[in-house]
Amino acid sequence: MNSALVFLAAEGEKENPLIPPWPEVVIGLIAFVIVFGFLAKKLLPNINKVLEERREAIEGGIEKAEAAQTEAQSVLEQYKAQLAEARHEAARLRQEAQEQGAALIAEMRAEGQRQREEIIAAGHAQIEADRKAAASALRQDVGKLATELAGKLVGESLQDHARQSRVIDRFLDELDGKASTAEAAR
Amino acid sequence: MSADPTQVLAFETDCHIFDGCGFPAPGLHSFLFEPLAGNADGNGFYFNKPMLLALLGSVIIVGFFWAAFARPKVVPGKLQMIAESGYDFIRRGVVYETLGKREGEKYVPLIVTLFFFIWMMNLWSIIPVAQFPVTSIIAYPAGLAAIVYILWVSLTFKRHGFVGFFKNVTGYDKSLGAVLPLAMLIEFFSNLIVRPFTHAVRLFANMFAGHTLLLLFTIASWYLLNGIGIAYAGVSFVMTIIMTAFELFIQAVQAYVFVLLTCTYIQGALAEHH
Repeated sequence: MNSALVFLAAEGEKENPLIPPWPEVVIGLIAFVIVFGFLAKKLLPNINKVLEERREAIEGGIEKAEAAQTEAQSVLEQYKAQLAEARHEAARLRQEAQEQGAALIAEMRAEGQRQREEIIAAGHAQIEADRKAAASALRQDVGKLATELAGKLVGESLQDHARQSRVIDRFLDELDGKASTAEAAR
Repeated sequence: MSADPTQVLAFETDCHIFDGCGFPAPGLHSFLFEPLAGNADGNGFYFNKPMLLALLGSVIIVGFFWAAFARPKVVPGKLQMIAESGYDFIRRGVVYETLGKREGEKYVPLIVTLFFFIWMMNLWSIIPVAQFPVTSIIAYPAGLAAIVYILWVSLTFKRHGFVGFFKNVTGYDKSLGAVLPLAMLIEFFSNLIVRPFTHAVRLFANMFAGHTLLLLFTIASWYLLNGIGIAYAGVSFVMTIIMTAFELFIQAVQAYVFVLLTCTYIQGALAEHH
């Protein structure tokens, strides 16, 4: 025990723990410089480069995703616009077709009407003409028959054309007068 | 030195309680090592266990970061991920926090190296067989603190010029009025003389005390291993385990504190004079 104390005292005199022995300082600095050299000159620049690359890769990815999104958005808008335009066009075409159809029908109808009226008018004219022809033929025939009949009855020849005509006309006028009075009565 | 040159352990192995031998308490002698080569008595160079551990520690750190960062990948592997998180913790959590990204970028390698170097040197404390914190020898923290001190002084000169340097280290502030000379004297003393000393001693003393505590409980566990003392030895052994876990924590904290203070000093040097 005593010897230990003496030893400690002696040690304390010689080896103050707060006074660094220079060989240990030198070794300590060498050890530190070794580590510092490797880390500062090679290893940390290495990892910094990679960290930077990683950061860029991540940010680049985000940028790419954003670009893709904006493109998708614009494509969608374009598509929507096209769709709306197509719908509009279709509606317009339908409208046009309807209008054209209606116009066509109206035209056809008008044409039909016109043709019908033409046909009717032509029919009427024909009938009128026929009637006139029939009337004039009838008049001649009736005149002739009546004259013959009258000639046979009277016994005298009514060859005189002027007289004959006069008689016939008088007769026919009477007939006409009868007919018109009959018509008026009706 | 006292010890028998053949002795490798920190205490007598054949000494137990009730055997008539005293408790081989740990002390300053626990931090002195017979040189493995050379002679510590003279002024010549020598080589001892802490030196070996210091160099070995450097090799381990470089090896670790070499394995992780020599061929780094954008998509990291496990080792690279671990190393990256450690690197990022110091870079972002310490350097950028105190110095900012723009000013701090230059000092990242130094701070990162300091942290992992000190941590490794501390870790030797609980690594089996080594079991000695290199930083509990004042020479190692003193060397590191000296690097930081030189950097700080030269930076302050470069930033502020000769007059600015003195204004900076003395905390020159006209609004103090009459006490200005006193304040300047105290600041000058505190910044320029005491600061590097406390910077080194803070780390040294923590590791020194931690190692002493570990030694105390380890030696006691062995020393009490006789008769009824076995019960006490159990308690001591549990304490050894608890202290080992505690030391693991303290080692990281002290390395962190050292680099955080370094950053604070650099920040003071870079700061505009107020």
